Amino acid sequence: MSDDVASLSANQMDALREIGNVGAGNSATALSQIINRRIDMNVPRVSIVPLGDVPDLVGGPDVMVVGVFLRVYGKAPSNILFLLPRDSAFYLVDMLMGKKRGDTQKLDFMDESALMEIGNILSGAYLNALFNFTNISLLPTIPALAMDMAGAILSVVLIQLGQMGDHALVIETEFNTDDEGIKGHFFLVPDPGSLETILSAVGVE
Amino acid sequence: MPELVKVGMADAKVGTAPSTLISYGLGSCIGISLYDPQTKVGGLLHIMLPDSTQSRANENRAKFADTGIPDMLNEVLKLGASRSRLVAKIAGGAQMFAFANATDIMRVGQRNAQAAKDVLAGLGIPIIGEDTGGSYGRTVSIDLSNGVYKVKTIDKGEKEI
Repeated sequence: MSDDVASLSANQMDALREIGNVGAGNSATALSQIINRRIDMNVPRVSIVPLGDVPDLVGGPDVMVVGVFLRVYGKAPSNILFLLPRDSAFYLVDMLMGKKRGDTQKLDFMDESALMEIGNILSGAYLNALFNFTNISLLPTIPALAMDMAGAILSVVLIQLGQMGDHALVIETEFNTDDEGIKGHFFLVPDPGSLETILSAVGVE
Repeated sequence: MPELVKVGMADAKVGTAPSTLISYGLGSCIGISLYDPQTKVGGLLHIMLPDSTQSRANENRAKFADTGIPDMLNEVLKLGASRSRLVAKIAGGAQMFAFANATDIMRVGQRNAQAAKDVLAGLGIPIIGEDTGGSYGRTVSIDLSNGVYKVKTIDKGEKEI
């Protein structure tokens, strides 16, 4: 089937939502501990969308975002993308570096490194939870970071999916700090073949 | 008020003056324009991948350089463009993330740019403007009243090619 994500049952979608829930819950806890703030998290969205519509999930293709990208290896190869609107990323850097809110106006090498480490920790927490739930062991690569238009950053993931189909399955969770200063989107985008592996591991083939 | 026509990812639009065709947030993708300066007919195509024969899902022909460009050529000819006057411009093809061991898929921007040039050369359409490569996103547009192809970036300013 060329576009295997286009036809998932309600049970399968529920299972994926639950994966997003435990994964992102673990990530949110990790982030909360690092910045010492409460993090609210919405119910994960599991969406199957035409590739070209994915940037709309974060506000449109020309919105300025910071993206931390990790490739995930193992039995269910996937991509992880942690996207923050630019101002959220700056505020997060302020907190991580012990600066006043608004101090960060552009990212230097240390700031980028700190954000990549956050991407690393969140992904590790997410994948650990996924492992506990599915018993599928997954390892992320070291993170890469870019600050640019959302469409340009997402294209990295969408092009890979484009080789196999015209739809993307995204498990997306939105984070908010309690003061609304930081909003982030955490995307887990399984490779097309990985979906079966994940679904069969949780018993909803 | 001239019409602004949005071209999505893996999509193509054609039209005539005074429309402007625009595609937002290109990363490794390429925005390929065709334009006939006399009839002011043109098109903009946003491809994601170089080669439809290497893909399992090739129903959407606008996704690929090898199928999308000939299709757009047919469409602009139908609108009255003259093949002998058509000129092309291309922009995009960035590598958004730098990895030490960049795989083929990471270098897809470069392959997209090369494929676009090869296909246009094969069709005998000259490329008169190009802005490809780098590691940044681009929003591209072509104004069909004058053929000006604008490339907007976040940090590298705006230019016309």
